[in-house]
Amino acid sequence: MAIDGLLKIEGLDLRYGSSHVLHEVDLTVGTRPLGILGRNGMGKTSLCNAIMGLHAHAAGEIWFDGVALTGLAPEKRAQLGIGYVPQGRRVFRSLTVEEHLRIVERRGGDWSVDRVYETFPRLKERRRNLGDRLSGGEQQMLAIGRALLLNPKLIVMDEPTEGLAPAIVSDVIDLIALIAREGIAVMLVEQNMHAALAAVQDVAIMVGGEVVERMSAEALEADTAMQKRHLGLEPGQAG
Amino acid sequence: MTLFLIVTLNGLTLAALYFLAASGFSLIFGLMRTVNMAHGALLLLGGYVGYSIVDVTGSWGLGVLGGGLAAALAGALVQAGVLGWMQGDELRQTLASIAISIIMADLMLWYWGGLTYQVALPEALAGGQRLPILGVGYANIRLALMAFALATGLALWFLIQRTRFGAVIRAGVDDQDMLRALGYPIGRIFVLVFALGGMLAGMAGVVAASALSIAPGTDLQFLLSSLVVVIVGGMGSIGGAALGALLVGLAEQYGLAYAPTYGVVFTFAIMVLVLAVRPQGLLGKAEQ
Repeated sequence: MAIDGLLKIEGLDLRYGSSHVLHEVDLTVGTRPLGILGRNGMGKTSLCNAIMGLHAHAAGEIWFDGVALTGLAPEKRAQLGIGYVPQGRRVFRSLTVEEHLRIVERRGGDWSVDRVYETFPRLKERRRNLGDRLSGGEQQMLAIGRALLLNPKLIVMDEPTEGLAPAIVSDVIDLIALIAREGIAVMLVEQNMHAALAAVQDVAIMVGGEVVERMSAEALEADTAMQKRHLGLEPGQAG
Repeated sequence: MTLFLIVTLNGLTLAALYFLAASGFSLIFGLMRTVNMAHGALLLLGGYVGYSIVDVTGSWGLGVLGGGLAAALAGALVQAGVLGWMQGDELRQTLASIAISIIMADLMLWYWGGLTYQVALPEALAGGQRLPILGVGYANIRLALMAFALATGLALWFLIQRTRFGAVIRAGVDDQDMLRALGYPIGRIFVLVFALGGMLAGMAGVVAASALSIAPGTDLQFLLSSLVVVIVGGMGSIGGAALGALLVGLAEQYGLAYAPTYGVVFTFAIMVLVLAVRPQGLLGKAEQ
């Protein structure tokens, strides 16, 4: 399939000053939604930053749709078709919901502001509210909605279920399935393993800045020993 | 009573000028975290160019427009040619902008000399009139200056709050990286905002040269006032620039009239007080 290997990461290294955050990461994202799992501080967000160009990588290459991304500015990567839903949502606090969507909307794309409102009726009700006046779930819908308005080929989501109520988490999972049905490739970074397994077909597990395992979601679901070893949830933390 | 009214009007006039000068400075800082120390030089450049245009054409309106455009162009060049290459390194940008400020000041001294210039006023703005109700006479140009600052403030508010370009600027102020990740080329937006800030400074320069006068040193005078105004009002907030300008302008004039010995102290006392109680400025947003 042509779309397989839409995003290809080869031997990616990334450093923050003297700390070596990513080691020789190899990954491919194609039609099957991919989940990146791992505990806190394993390099998942750094991987997203490297893909978006928000932090320059030290070595290796990221290919997107056949284009080498090294040296390309974040705005260029977005224009190539990578939609980014960052950790913590990062909605603009002094823009209204409507403004968030209008500044990203492109004429003639698959996604229009009206379509985002159809998908998220809640956002339409709140369209005159400022970004920092929204609930966590509404902010998440907004972050996803504005990324969709780029008409992306790939959407990179960093912990979209973090801090959301369980009912909203399942909404987000449904939404990821909907995005995948649209033919948009999905890379989902998650700490919430159960949410991720419900949303994706393949998973990669990161430990200490390396991808240590790659398998299907079903295989990981069945392998509790593996879950315990790499994702072992600390007591008290909701799975 | 007459003295009080006149001093108040003078304070408002000065506040109007300070606002015009500080609004562009604040806009640039708010978006880019660049403390543009060449802002005063842009203002003076606008003033000189405006003077020369009025001298040749006799049209005050053309002078204001030309002064604004010249400073806008210079501002865009400063950002695109120098400061843009150091984006993210605020200290280096600040130091480089000081260098640019000094170079510009010397070039202007070379071209326009050390004379004091005052822009010739059109007939409608020359002279003065007795104000109704208040019963005091006041210069037309100063009244026009207040109206001009008010109109500029409203236009700026409309641009920032009600247009798509304004929404992009606000988004950039909130979260630059996120704006880039949504496909906006931040470098070009920076150059545009620098041009807008330069435009405001340049127009302020022509207006200052009309209501007062300009000479070498005017650049530093307005740079200093802009710094104080945005520290008091809040960096990056247009409303804050207006409030800061009002407080500083009035304090300066009341100080001069009623306590001349300590006049200068008032301005800085306000600044120290604000920094102690509300370090982000009266209308500034705290850093997240």
